[in-house]
Amino acid sequence: MNVLSDNFAMFREGFIGTVELTALSALLALVLGTLVAGFRVSPVPALRVFGTAWVTLLRNTPLVLLFLAVTLGLPALGLKGWDSFWLAVLALGCYTSAFICEAVRSGINAVPVGQAEAARSIGMTFRQTLTQIVLPQASRTAIPPVGSLLIALAKNTAIASGFNVVELGSVQKTLNAAAGYDIYVIFLWIALCYIIITFTISGLFRLLENRLAVAR
Amino acid sequence: MSGNVLYDVPGPRARARNRLYGVIATAALLGLVAFTVYRLNDTGQFQGGLWSVYEYADTQQRIVDGLLTTLKTFAVAAVLSLVLGAVLATARLSDHAPVRWAATTVVEFFRAMPLLIMIFLLYAAVFTSAPMWALVIGLTLYNGSVQAEIFRSGINAIPKGQSEAAYAIGLRKTQVMTTVLVPQGVRTMLPSIISQLVVTLKDTSLGFIILYEELLFVGKAFAQQTPPVNGVYAFIPMVIVFGSIYILLCMALSSVATWAQRRV
Repeated sequence: MNVLSDNFAMFREGFIGTVELTALSALLALVLGTLVAGFRVSPVPALRVFGTAWVTLLRNTPLVLLFLAVTLGLPALGLKGWDSFWLAVLALGCYTSAFICEAVRSGINAVPVGQAEAARSIGMTFRQTLTQIVLPQASRTAIPPVGSLLIALAKNTAIASGFNVVELGSVQKTLNAAAGYDIYVIFLWIALCYIIITFTISGLFRLLENRLAVAR
Repeated sequence: MSGNVLYDVPGPRARARNRLYGVIATAALLGLVAFTVYRLNDTGQFQGGLWSVYEYADTQQRIVDGLLTTLKTFAVAAVLSLVLGAVLATARLSDHAPVRWAATTVVEFFRAMPLLIMIFLLYAAVFTSAPMWALVIGLTLYNGSVQAEIFRSGINAIPKGQSEAAYAIGLRKTQVMTTVLVPQGVRTMLPSIISQLVVTLKDTSLGFIILYEELLFVGKAFAQQTPPVNGVYAFIPMVIVFGSIYILLCMALSSVATWAQRRV
């Protein structure tokens, strides 16, 4: 019997689950990461300290532990009624945002100093300098590392299978436990699904990189 | 560009405004912390009964055991992944095209696979009764491939003149690699290697999902064994205690990476 055709609905659901989890947590991570990167270069010391603490803490926390903290801690803080999918998005998004922040910040550092100096000399404020001059140029250098971070994120979504989210990892776990299928064949199909997802992400980012490339 | 290129040296008004923002931000953060502590207290997470288990010598011994299991897994996986990384990097730098292609395929495949999916496979297919080895082999394959890429790019980053000069004085390929390229490459690679080791250490906690008795699993066992006090289970104290241990461990290793970066 064929694993894929017998359980096609399960595979489809797992695939969609992984894609949704990746897309939503990528969105959260990009927004949060850029915001925190802005904090880290801002003129307000308190925000800089917050940004540094956020990055240091999240980069040194195992993702499994963060999942535990989010799934157990938030209900205790009164956030009841969130289902495990959104908690997983929150955990994955916050975790990845720390890495995105560092990628964006090194992108900011790679923009030639003259750009910000020119912006300031025509009287732009910090926010104008950052959002209109520096960040658009920083995005070019930040795109390749952000692409590989999002691929890492897509792979990390597998951890959600330990926390009651339906995605490819949980499909593999269920099918491994079901008797009668070759475990290696299950792995190959799951692997193929992940390869489709990661190739799509890297293709998208290569496209983006080419579209945004300029001769310097 | 360092941060302060982005804004002018603040004058009196900007300083006042920044102070105001600073006060608002600090107040908001302190408010968030206070709210968290208040809610945790309100829901009864700080009741003595939930925490007293950590005072027993027996408990502490089990935490130490869990920690040692985690460190042992990490040590074995770290050594094996460095060895595998060295082998794969050598193969990728080989002069024989088939060897290069084989190594490239292996490296690309294992880098593209989620670690947990590989661990599930190894656990279900080979190491059903020995979850440690499922974890160690999974960590080795994944991190070994990443380390191989770090080694390779470190070797490739050395100026071409170095190997040309070494060949010119008559050294053989192995000698060029071991006496000229590797000693220079290691200095630039060291921070990345250690950062990847931090990732390895963090990923040992994946053992939790395949029920391997590492640190996080011990924590969960505690939380499940502690009888609930007034209907509150001991999961939050567990997350606080074990989270601190993990974060301190990883930060210690990360600071070694920062130190190495400064030394290079």
